[in-house]
Amino acid sequence: MEVSLPTPAQAGPQAGRVSRFVREVRRYPLIPITILIVVLIIPAIFAPWIAPYHPIDDGGLPNRLKPPVWAEGGTWDHVLGTDKQGRDILSRIIHGAKYVLMVSLSVIFVSGIIGVSLGLIAGYFGGWIDNLIMRGVDVFLAIPAILLALALVTSRGPSFGVVIFVICFILWSRYARQVRGEVLTIKNQDFVARARVVGASHFRVIVRHILPNVFNTIIVLATLQVGFVILLEAILSFLGAGIPRPTPAWGLLVSEGRELVISGKGWQLSLFPGVAIVLVVLSFNLLGDWLRDRLDPKQRNL
Amino acid sequence: MQRFIVVRCFYAVLVLFAVSIIVFVLARASGNPIDTMLPLDATPEQQQVFMELWGLDKSYPEQYFDFLVNAFRGDFGNSVKWADRTAMGLVIERFPLTLKLGAVAIGISVLLAVPIGVLSAVKKDTIFDLNGKVFALLGQATPPFWLGIMLIWIFAVELDFFPTGGDEGISWIILPAITLGWFQVAALMRLVRSAMLEVLETEYVTLARVKGIREWKVVWKHCLRNASIPPLTLFGILAAQVMTGAIVTETVFSLPGTGNLAIEAIRGRDYPVIQAVVVLFAVIYIGMNLAVDILYAYLDPRIRYDRA
Repeated sequence: MEVSLPTPAQAGPQAGRVSRFVREVRRYPLIPITILIVVLIIPAIFAPWIAPYHPIDDGGLPNRLKPPVWAEGGTWDHVLGTDKQGRDILSRIIHGAKYVLMVSLSVIFVSGIIGVSLGLIAGYFGGWIDNLIMRGVDVFLAIPAILLALALVTSRGPSFGVVIFVICFILWSRYARQVRGEVLTIKNQDFVARARVVGASHFRVIVRHILPNVFNTIIVLATLQVGFVILLEAILSFLGAGIPRPTPAWGLLVSEGRELVISGKGWQLSLFPGVAIVLVVLSFNLLGDWLRDRLDPKQRNL
Repeated sequence: MQRFIVVRCFYAVLVLFAVSIIVFVLARASGNPIDTMLPLDATPEQQQVFMELWGLDKSYPEQYFDFLVNAFRGDFGNSVKWADRTAMGLVIERFPLTLKLGAVAIGISVLLAVPIGVLSAVKKDTIFDLNGKVFALLGQATPPFWLGIMLIWIFAVELDFFPTGGDEGISWIILPAITLGWFQVAALMRLVRSAMLEVLETEYVTLARVKGIREWKVVWKHCLRNASIPPLTLFGILAAQVMTGAIVTETVFSLPGTGNLAIEAIRGRDYPVIQAVVVLFAVIYIGMNLAVDILYAYLDPRIRYDRA
């Protein structure tokens, strides 16, 4: 196969239009922001007002396993159909958004604070402290996260707190590793040495001089991690180790549909919650990419 | 180089040691097995006999020491659920399926990711590159269990191409392997692309072109060979992702592999089996990373002196 490198002249007008379109979309991440507002933020805040039905109450036998409106036998009463207890799937997805938002925000903050602090300390002080913390990171990366989560859930019972704890347990090491790397390059610069000479304490140097310089990295990393957190939470829910039933967490909705999808009775049960997850994760990733290009261009290819 | 290898091996052992502590605590944290194993009306004497039989009456440090010594020999005791089977034996019995699944999944992701990654770099900023980007973004946003269920729905229920679960014949492995490999394709592809972009700009590539070497040979031989070093590091992480992913995939497709065994063990509070699975997974992960580190240092001499 002959592969030719497209120089600007060769690429022609079409490629120009494509790349210009990509540039425009990247300049203003309108699409991901709109998706997030529509699929995640508004449902999370206004669920009781906009959801047509109650998410948990039984919908009654006659309403069981209704297909979505465009399929045969579907009605506008249940736009995305109903599950085997007659509950409206759209309403359940809308109510589920709140849990997605709550889990991801709490995890990002808690693990961010732990990971960033340890990363700062490791990178700044170096030596045995650095070694200790980084070996710790290695240990946490070596443990199968999902098994850990399942084991914890068996003892404590599935709950919101356990989910947060488990995901933080896994996530902090990512922050620590990245921040440490940044600090290593920053701490050898002149302004750090000067701050020390003037008499600033280690604490002050870290908080006032180094932290502001890694802040962009942290913001970018946090945004890119949100998608991962949502996926992980969904996986935990799917395996029965996430937020307990009958909460309409999205992963749980997909998992509840599994049997019915496999037996060919209700594909709508798993399809739509999954689409919601994909849309939200995709939007956060796009937003993260955009932020990275804006705030932290040197990592563009990571 | 020798010093580097020794230091790395030492670290690997250290990490494994720490993992063993966590595994031990983890198993103790997941509830008392007496609750699930003995009938509710068991007398205190019966409970006592049971505790002694399993060494649960000793202090935690003592229990840990016993655990460590035995674990070193690959002995995690007998399974609680199947009392006549050793935990490691059960895990080893279930492992080939997981290994097969993981190998096919990694194979699929490499076969997809490398060509797409290389072509995206060569045809940078064209429609092809854009499609590659969209593909990668979607890949990283799709929950694997959902993808698995959707694949079952489309290909096994609606079209009836493949079985919905089980492990008979050959076709059973295709859907699970796609489910497992899908997530890795995106990451690998992006890495290949960025590594290729870097190499394509170097002088020796220009030189190769000036010498009149065919373009496809420049790209697929000269460039790809040099660009394959960074994606190599990903293999350590890939191994971990595939093993954790196997837990989910085997649950979705009801495959009797190690992942499924782990879930069963946790539900039944089968300490020895949980420990055996976690330790096996951790050993594989640490071993892969060690191998990648050493290989990396061998390929790129600068690393030996930096990291040792």
